[in-house]
Amino acid sequence: MTQLARPATRSGTATAERVRQPGETVVRIGPASGRVRWRHVAVTVGAAVVVVLLGAVSLGRGDFPIGLPDVLRTLVGLGEDTQQFIVLELRAPRIVVGALVGLALGVAGALFQTFARNPLASPDVLGITQGASVGAVAAIVLSGATGGSGVLDGVGVPLAALLGALVTGLLLLVLTWRRGIDGYRLVLVGIALWAMAAALTDWLLTRAEIYQAASAYVWITGSLNARSWDEAVPLLVFLAVLLPAALATSRALGVIQFGDDTARGLGVRLIPTQAAVVLVAVGLTAAAVAAAGPIAYVALVVPQVAVRLTGGPRPPLLASGLLGAALVVGADLLTRTVLPQALPVGVLTAAVGAPYLLWLLVRGRRRSTL
Amino acid sequence: MTLDAATTTLPASGTVRLAAESVSLAYDDRVVVRDLDLQLTDGSFTAIVGPNGCGKSTLLRALGRLLRPTEGRVLLDGRAIARTPTREVARVLGLLPQAPVAPEGLTVGDLVARGRHPHQSWLRQWSRDDEAAVAEALRWTDMADLAERPVDELSGGQRQRAWISMALAQGTDLLLLDEPTTYLDLSHQIDVLELVARLHAERGRTVVVVLHDLNLAARYAQRLVAMDDGALVASGTPEEVLTEQLLADVFDLEARIVPDPVAGTPMVVPVRRLR
Repeated sequence: MTQLARPATRSGTATAERVRQPGETVVRIGPASGRVRWRHVAVTVGAAVVVVLLGAVSLGRGDFPIGLPDVLRTLVGLGEDTQQFIVLELRAPRIVVGALVGLALGVAGALFQTFARNPLASPDVLGITQGASVGAVAAIVLSGATGGSGVLDGVGVPLAALLGALVTGLLLLVLTWRRGIDGYRLVLVGIALWAMAAALTDWLLTRAEIYQAASAYVWITGSLNARSWDEAVPLLVFLAVLLPAALATSRALGVIQFGDDTARGLGVRLIPTQAAVVLVAVGLTAAAVAAAGPIAYVALVVPQVAVRLTGGPRPPLLASGLLGAALVVGADLLTRTVLPQALPVGVLTAAVGAPYLLWLLVRGRRRSTL
Repeated sequence: MTLDAATTTLPASGTVRLAAESVSLAYDDRVVVRDLDLQLTDGSFTAIVGPNGCGKSTLLRALGRLLRPTEGRVLLDGRAIARTPTREVARVLGLLPQAPVAPEGLTVGDLVARGRHPHQSWLRQWSRDDEAAVAEALRWTDMADLAERPVDELSGGQRQRAWISMALAQGTDLLLLDEPTTYLDLSHQIDVLELVARLHAERGRTVVVVLHDLNLAARYAQRLVAMDDGALVASGTPEEVLTEQLLADVFDLEARIVPDPVAGTPMVVPVRRLR
C-alpha cells in the first residue's frame, strides 16, 4: 500500500495533544495501552464484591442456620460432619450454580442487545430459553421412567434443555442469515421462534400426567433447588471457554454497534464477527438454562441496568455478568430465607429485576433504545 | 441513455489510487450498475452526481469494499480490493455512510476515538498516536469543546462534523462520503462541504463524494462524474459535465447554465421538467 509522505496528515506523533475525559486514566505499559474508566471499574468491582458477600451470607443461611465462624471452619475442612455436608454439598454448589448462571445470562444478554442494537434482543425474547424449555419438558413428559412413551429415555433434563437451546439458537442464526445478520430481522425471527417453542411447550404439557406437569412447571420457572456439583462443574467448563470468547469479541462489538457499513469501513470483518457473537451468546444461554432452567428476565434486564450504572454507550460485558450473578445469588438467598415458602428463584428475579429497570427508565434521561 | 463513450474516460494525471474496472453491481438479481469504468487519481476531489436511483451510492459502496462486484473488480492502489484484508483497507480508505447512526449516549470524543479502530489491537487500545490523532481531528473540525457531549444531543450539522472528525482520525489518504449533506439546511450543507474541501486542500485527502445538489457539487469538486441508470455518462471538470444537454438527457430537466456569481463555477437554473 502506498504511503504518501504527507506530514500534515501524520502529525500524530509530533504533537502532544491530549484528549482526556474526566474520570478516565490512560494506561500505557510497553506496547500495551488502554483507557481505564473509573466508573466502569467501580461498577464491575462493586458487583464482584456484592456477589462474594451475598455468597458468603448465603452459605450460612437457610433452614439450618450456621454461624460465620463455623462456615469458615467448614470451608477449610474443620467443621462438624453435618455442617460440612450442608455447607459444601448442599449450599456451596447451589450458590456457585446460581452465580455462574447469572454471569452467563448477563453476558449473553449484553452480547445480544449490543449486537442487535436493540434492548429487546435477549435470549428470553429470542426464543432460546423457550427452546430449552421444549427440550426439558419433552424429557420430563416423554421419558419412559415416568410412564411416558420412552422416546427420550436416558436423556437427562439438563442435556435435553441444552440441546433445545442450541437447536433454537442455530435455527435463529440460519433463518436470520442473509449475507450477514440484521438486528431487526434477528428480533423478528426470534419472536417467531419463541411463539413456536411456547406452543410446543404447552402442547407437551397438555399431554403430561399431573405430577409430570408439576415438575415441568418448576423447571420452566427456573430454580436452583437441589443443584449439586454435577451441575456446577459442567457449567464452569462451559464458562471457562465461552467467557474469554465473549470478551474477545468486545472490541469489535463496540464498532458493530455503529451499523454494518461503518463497522466494515473501520476494518471489522463483519460476518465472522457476527457469527462468533451469536454462537457465543447462544452457548452461554444454553449452558445457563441447562443448569437452572430459564431464570426469567436476568438476560433482558441486567445489561440494561449495567449500561445505566456505567454510563457508557453499550452494556458492559463483564459488569453485566457480575450484576447478573449478584441478582441470581441474591434472589436465591431471599427465596430461601425471608420468603415464607421456597419459591423458584426465577419468580423473584422477574419480580425484582423488572421494577428496577422501570425505575431506571423513569428516572433516566436515556431513551429506551440502546 | 448513452452519451459519447469518449467523454467517459479522463486522461489520468497523477497516480491512480482507486479504480473500477468494468464493474457490474447488483443487489440479489437486480442489476444496479453495469460495466462501469472509473479512475480516481491521487489528491483529486470528485463528486458523483445523478438522479435518484441511478446507482451512485451503490458505486460508492463498491469503491469502499462494502459491496462485491458481480463482474469486474475494484482496485485500491493497483491491488484487488476484494482480496485485501478489511483492516488493511480501513487504514487507507475511510468511508462515511449516508446518515450514519451513533449508539445513544456515545460522546463525540468516543465516536472520534472509534476512528482509530483499524490501528488498534486487543493489546494496543489507546496509543500515543491514537490519542494525538483524535485530539487533532477534534481540534481541526472545531469539535474539541463538544468532545464530552453525547452525539445524539448534537444538531444535525454538528453531528455530521463529528462523523467527519472520526473519518479524519482514521487517518486515511482516501475518503468516500455518501451524501454527507442529507437532512442539513443550506448553511450546514455549506459548512460540511467547506470542511470536506479543507480536508482535500489542506490535508491532501483524495475525496469522493456522492452529492445531490449540482450547484454545490460544481462549486466544491474538481471533477464531476455523472451517472444515469447504472452507467457513467459524463466525467470531467464541472464546466465540461454540467451542460444543458446533459441536464436534459440525465435529469429530464430543461435548465440554463450560468456562471455562479460567487465562485464562477457552472450554476444550474432550472426551467421546467421535461416529459
